[in-house]
Amino acid sequence: MNASKRTTSKASGVTLRTGGLSLRLDVRGAVVGLLLLAVALAMSVVLIGTGDFPMAPADVLNTLAGNGTMAQDFIVHDLRLPRVLVGLLVGAALGLAGAVFQSISRNPLGSPDVIGFGQGSAAGALTVIVLFQGNPTEVAAGAICGGLLTGVGVYALAWRRGIHGYRLVLVGIGATAMLAAVNGYLLTKADLPDATRAVVWLTGSLNGRDWSQVWPLACVCAVLLPVVLGQARALRMLEMGDDSAYALGVRVERTRLVLMFAGVLLTASATAAAGPVSFVALVAPQLARRLTRSAGPNLLPAAWMGAALLVTADWSAQRAFGADQLPVGALTAMLGGGYLLWLLVTERKAGRI
Amino acid sequence: MTERKGNQGSKGDKGDREKDTGQTVASSSNSTSSNNTSSNSTSSSDKTTDRQRLTAEGLTLAYDRRTVAENLSVTIPDHSFTVIVGPNACGKSTLLRALSRMLKPTAGSVLLDGEVIGSLPAKKVARTLGLLPQSSIAPDGITVADLVARGRYPHQGLLRQWSETDERIVQESMAATGVAELGDRFVDELSGGQRQRVWIAMAIAQQTPLLLLDEPTTYLDIQHQIDVLDLCAQLHEEQGRTLVAVLHDLNHAARYATHLIAMRGGEIVAEGAPEEIVTAELVERVFGLRCQVIDDPETGTPLVIPAARQSRKAAEVADAAEAADEPLAAAATES
Repeated sequence: MNASKRTTSKASGVTLRTGGLSLRLDVRGAVVGLLLLAVALAMSVVLIGTGDFPMAPADVLNTLAGNGTMAQDFIVHDLRLPRVLVGLLVGAALGLAGAVFQSISRNPLGSPDVIGFGQGSAAGALTVIVLFQGNPTEVAAGAICGGLLTGVGVYALAWRRGIHGYRLVLVGIGATAMLAAVNGYLLTKADLPDATRAVVWLTGSLNGRDWSQVWPLACVCAVLLPVVLGQARALRMLEMGDDSAYALGVRVERTRLVLMFAGVLLTASATAAAGPVSFVALVAPQLARRLTRSAGPNLLPAAWMGAALLVTADWSAQRAFGADQLPVGALTAMLGGGYLLWLLVTERKAGRI
Repeated sequence: MTERKGNQGSKGDKGDREKDTGQTVASSSNSTSSNNTSSNSTSSSDKTTDRQRLTAEGLTLAYDRRTVAENLSVTIPDHSFTVIVGPNACGKSTLLRALSRMLKPTAGSVLLDGEVIGSLPAKKVARTLGLLPQSSIAPDGITVADLVARGRYPHQGLLRQWSETDERIVQESMAATGVAELGDRFVDELSGGQRQRVWIAMAIAQQTPLLLLDEPTTYLDIQHQIDVLDLCAQLHEEQGRTLVAVLHDLNHAARYATHLIAMRGGEIVAEGAPEEIVTAELVERVFGLRCQVIDDPETGTPLVIPAARQSRKAAEVADAAEAADEPLAAAATES
C-alpha cells in the first residue's frame, strides 16, 4: 500500500519503496540492458541457423525446444549451440571485465586487453602449446595461469600506496609489450605444426568449440557475475577518487582487489575458451555507456553489449567469408582498432593523454 | 545506528525551524556548547563524557620512509570550527588525512568517540565523520543531483538504496549550498566555484556531525572563497557541526576559526582562539614572516599585515650584523 514511485531527476530513474525497503532502478539503463540482451539472443538464434546447412530461425527455436529432426538436433546441439554459447559467454565476460577495469583505472583505455591480461593469457597458452605440446585442457589451464600471473605482476608493479589509474594503464601497456615479445619468441621456437596451432589460437576463434569449453566458462561467470555486481555500488563511489570513496565508507583497497581479481579471472577464462579476442573488452563498456547515458560502470549493459558484439561479429565473419574462414578475433581486431584510434584522438583532444 | 535514530527523533522536534537543513546532531538544537549532549548522543561508553569526539595521541605520520610528524597529539574541540594553518609541507594536510583515517599512522592512534578509528567499520565511521578531500573526480556525465546523492552512500544498503530521507536530505543539502537549481546540470559544465559547492553539498548530505575539509578554498577567487567559508560558518553555527579545515589564508583562518591550530615542521606550535594566539611573534615563528598584527576593522579578529619589503630587508641586515657580532648566540638561535 505504501509503495511509492517517484522520479528524482532526469538521470536517476524510478524508486520503489515499501516500508523500510527502497530499491532504485535506472529505467533507461535497464531498458538498454534488456534490449542488448534481446539482441544478443536473437543474433544467437540467427547464428545457429547460419552455415553449410542453413536453418530458419523458427526451425532453430523448434530444435532448441526439442522438436527438431535427428539431423537438426545434431547440428544444433552438438555443433552450433556450444559455439554460440561460448561466444555469448566470452563476450559477456570480456564486456564485464572491461567495464570493471575501465572503472577502476578511471580510464577508457584501462581495459584488460590493453593492459596485458589478454597477452598474459596468450603467453600462458603458448608456453603450454610450444614447450609442452599440451592438449586443449592444458592450454586453457595455461591461459588462466598466464592471465592470473600477469594480473598479480601488473598489480604489484602499479601498486604505490594504492592503485592509480594512469599508473595501472602505463604499467599494463609496458607488460603488454613485454609479453608480446615473449609470445613472438615462443612462436619462433615452435615447430611448424605447433606454430600453426598457436597462431590460430592467438587470433581468437570460436571455430570448433564444444561443450567442454562451455561448462567451465559458464561456471566462472555464474560465480563471478554476482561477486562483481555485489561490489557495483562501491565501484561507483571509487570513480570519484580514492579519498572521496574512503570518506564515504568504502574499503577502497579491498573492493579494488576483489574486483580486479574477478576481472582478471573473467578475462583469463574467456581467453582460455576462445583465445585472445581483442577489443571487445575495450569497446563494449564504452558503447553501452553511450546508450545508457548514465555515469557509472554500467556493468550489466556492458556484459550484454559484449555478448551481442561477439555473436554479431562471428555472424558477420561467417556471412562475409564463409564458415570457419575468418576467425572472429580478426574481425573484432579490425573494428576495435578503428575504435582505439578514435579513442586516442578524442582523449588527446580532451587533454587526458 | 542507535545514535542516528535518537538524533532523528530530536530532529522531528525542530522540524519547523526556519533553516532546518536536515542536520542530525542532537546538540544542534541548542546553541550552548555543552559536551554533555554530544556524549549522550555517542551512547557508546561513559569514558567519552570528558573527552572530545575526535582526538589523536602520539601520532607518527609518514609517507613511505619520509616521516612528516612525530609524537603529534591533538584534540578537536566538539562543536568548534577548527582551522589548521602552517607553511607548505608542515604536515597539516597529512594530519587531516590521519584524522580522517586516510593515512594510517605508523605509531599512535586517532580516536573517534574513544575508539581507534581504523578498527571501526568503514561505513560507521562515514556516518560520523566526513571529509572533503583536496581533489575529487567527478565521473564523466554525472549530474549535480546524482553526485550529491552519492553522499548518502554510508546510509544505504542493498535493500535500502534510496529512502525518502535520502531524497529529502539531498534536496536540503543542495538548497543549503545554493546549487538546487543546478540539479539536472552536468558537473563538468559548472564553474570552479559552483563545482566546489556541489562537492560540499555532497559532504553535507553525508550528514556527519564531524566534517573535515582539506583546503576547501584553493583555486577559488576571493568571492567564492568567502562564500565557501560563510557556508562552513553557517554549518557550524546553525547545525552545530564540528568542522576542521586546512586553510592557507591566515586572515581567513583568524576570521572564521573558533579554534586555531598552527603547525610548523610536523609540530603544533600553538593552538587556541585566534584572538589569543595570533601575534606577530607567532606568525614569524610559524611562517618566518615579519609582520604586524592589527584588529580586523570588520570583525575585530587578528589581521596579519606582512611587513613591507624594505623593512624586512633592513631587519635582515640588522640580524646579519648582530649575528656577526655574536656568533655563539646566533648559532644558538638558528639551531
